[in-house]
Order: sequence, then C-alpha cells, then structure tokens
Amino acid sequence: MTDRTYRAAPPGALRIEPLGELTAIFDRRSMQTHLVVSPMPEILDAMGADACNAAGLATRLAAAFDLDVAEDVKPILAERLSELAAMGLVERA
Amino acid sequence: MKNKLRIAVGPVQFRIGSDWAEPIAALARLYAGYPQDDTRPADATVRLFAARPWRRWLRPSVHIGGDFVVPDALPLPLSMGLLAAEMGMNLQVALGWRRHMLLHASAVAKDGRALIMSGESGSGKSTLAALLGEGDWRLMGDEFTLIDLFGGDTLAFPRAVSLKNEAIAEVAARVDPARLGPLLAATPKGDIRHLIPRADAIAAMHEPVRPALLLFPRFGGEVAVEPMGEGEAFVRLTEASTNYVALGEAGFAALTRLVRETPAFGISYPDSAAGIALVEQLWAEAAK
Repeated sequence: MTDRTYRAAPPGALRIEPLGELTAIFDRRSMQTHLVVSPMPEILDAMGADACNAAGLATRLAAAFDLDVAEDVKPILAERLSELAAMGLVERA
Repeated sequence: MKNKLRIAVGPVQFRIGSDWAEPIAALARLYAGYPQDDTRPADATVRLFAARPWRRWLRPSVHIGGDFVVPDALPLPLSMGLLAAEMGMNLQVALGWRRHMLLHASAVAKDGRALIMSGESGSGKSTLAALLGEGDWRLMGDEFTLIDLFGGDTLAFPRAVSLKNEAIAEVAARVDPARLGPLLAATPKGDIRHLIPRADAIAAMHEPVRPALLLFPRFGGEVAVEPMGEGEAFVRLTEASTNYVALGEAGFAALTRLVRETPAFGISYPDSAAGIALVEQLWAEAAK
C-alpha cells in the first residue's frame, strides 16, 4: 500500500465529543455526525496542522504515547487514514 | 375546508381541516380540555380529504395531507378518521418541527424531573407512560418528547394517548370511561382506543422539566436491567429522533448534553406490573 499523505480538517471544522467508548464527531462542513472508536480520535489529534503520511503519523503517535514504532503499525495507520478520508474527516494532501 | 379545528398540544398549535364532520367531532371531544387560542398562528396543518369529490359520500376514504405529505400512504376508511387525524398530526410534527429536538419517546415527570422512555413500536413505552400517568406521575407524552436545544429541558407533548391492543383493557380498567375515545377496531395498527390525559397533565403541559433518567424498554422476557453507555444512548437517540439531521450542530450539542447528563439503562420486563416496579426502582436510584 502506498503511504499517501493526508491533511487534517481546517481548524474549527470538526466538533469532537468523547462519549465513553465512542467519540462523536460533527463535521460542520457536511453537517454529518460520525461515530468512531479508538484509534480514530487519537489519529485526528496527532494529525496537527501539517500534512502527514502513515510513517509520520506513527512517529507522532509513538512520541505522544511513549511507544516504539513497530513496522507493522504503518499499514494499519495507512488503512485508518484512508477510512478517515472516506468519511471526509481528513483529505488527500 | 368546511370542518375545522385548532388544537394546542404542548408548544405545537395544529390547524386541522377535514372534508367530513366525523373526525373533527371526535377530535373536538378528545381535546375539549386542552387550552384553546384560535388567534394563535398554526405551526402545523393537517388535512383530511377525499381523493375525488364523490368519495366524500361513496365508500368514503380519508387521505392525509398538510404541510408535508407521504406520497404512498394508503387512505383509511372514514370509520378510522380519528386515526387518520392522529397520523396526520404525528406526521406534521415529525417532519416539520425544528424548534426542539424531537424524540420518538414517551415521558413522565415527578418532582420537576423527567423520565424519558425510548423504544420501537411494541416496546411498551406508551403503555408504561400511560399507567405511570394514572399514578403519581405527570404524563408528558406517549409518543413524542421534545428537548430544548439550548437549555436541555424536556418539554411535554401530551396528545391523547394511543392505546393499542392489550393495553386498551389494562388501562380502561383503571380510568373513568369518559376519558376514553371510541374503539377503533382492526386498524392497520391493530385495535386502537385513545385516552385523554389527566387534567393536571394537560394544565402543566407548558412546564419544562430537567431530564433525570433515560430508559430503553423492551417488552417480553425476564426482568433485566443493563446500564447503557453514553455512546450507545447517543446512537439510539439519533435513530429515535425524527429531526436530528435537520437540526445540524444544535441537535448534536443537545443530544451530547442529554446523554452525558442523564443516566441510561436498557430494561426488559415480562408484564406491565414488573415494568412499573423496575421503573420506580431505577427512578429511586437516579433521583437520589
């Protein structure tokens, strides 16, 4: 799988509300509500302002959660990023 | 239209017009004790009309119309005109109301706090609310409950309770027959008989109350109680709301707040007595 680069939603576009095990996300642009589970909220949080790919995201998440980057994590993150893109919550850079 | 009536149920002012006198007379009887203000502009319009002029008399069949229409809805025979009127009123509110979040749920109140019960048709939410409303609870509504978008309060929509099938005998045994409408037998929804809410419930229908407990009843099976997380309650209530999508972020914010501030449980019960005992027990714990 190619490691594509994605950009987070512009500031203020998403309203993110944790509801126990689920997280509800209201996208002000599409007026759609999305319900996601971990690690989606963590990924959105780690995206930041600049574009990043799965490899960059793995490094950021590893730093944020004080973990080592395992090689097999990157394809999983790439898949989650493509799912977030399908929901319109991140976009291809 | 020749036959007209205005009815205020909670914050909604209905204007109902009919090609026939019978459904309007039946409604006027059910809603005689509700506040009347004919000068107030209507929020929702319901029309009961004949498909062709001669069908007013020849095999009369009632079509339901108004601000919103369901194109494929089958007409009902005139003997079920009251049901047609009720369906029309529900439809206009479900599709048209934007001032509050509308939940397909029943609600009762005690000590200034509300118990909201949401469930599919047949879950018993309506029967439980009706029976509680005959005790020391105030019936807020058997079908729809409104949530204030900004303050989060519960608002009543105490239309005449639509008792169905077995619930008819159960409730009829406890109330003054003058509070019951005519029996509508073998309708597409089974047997139906309307119950006029108690006068105190109608008099208090404009008083908002704080939600204190959310229940998702399921009729049948052993008594069971399952605490429900905020996320699941949120998902279920988005499904139970007829106008969640239309309300946009205001609906999202109101629903998020409701599930965060209100404890929620799924309950199963084999009969009304067990259901009521369970409700009272959970209420006593939630109201502590």
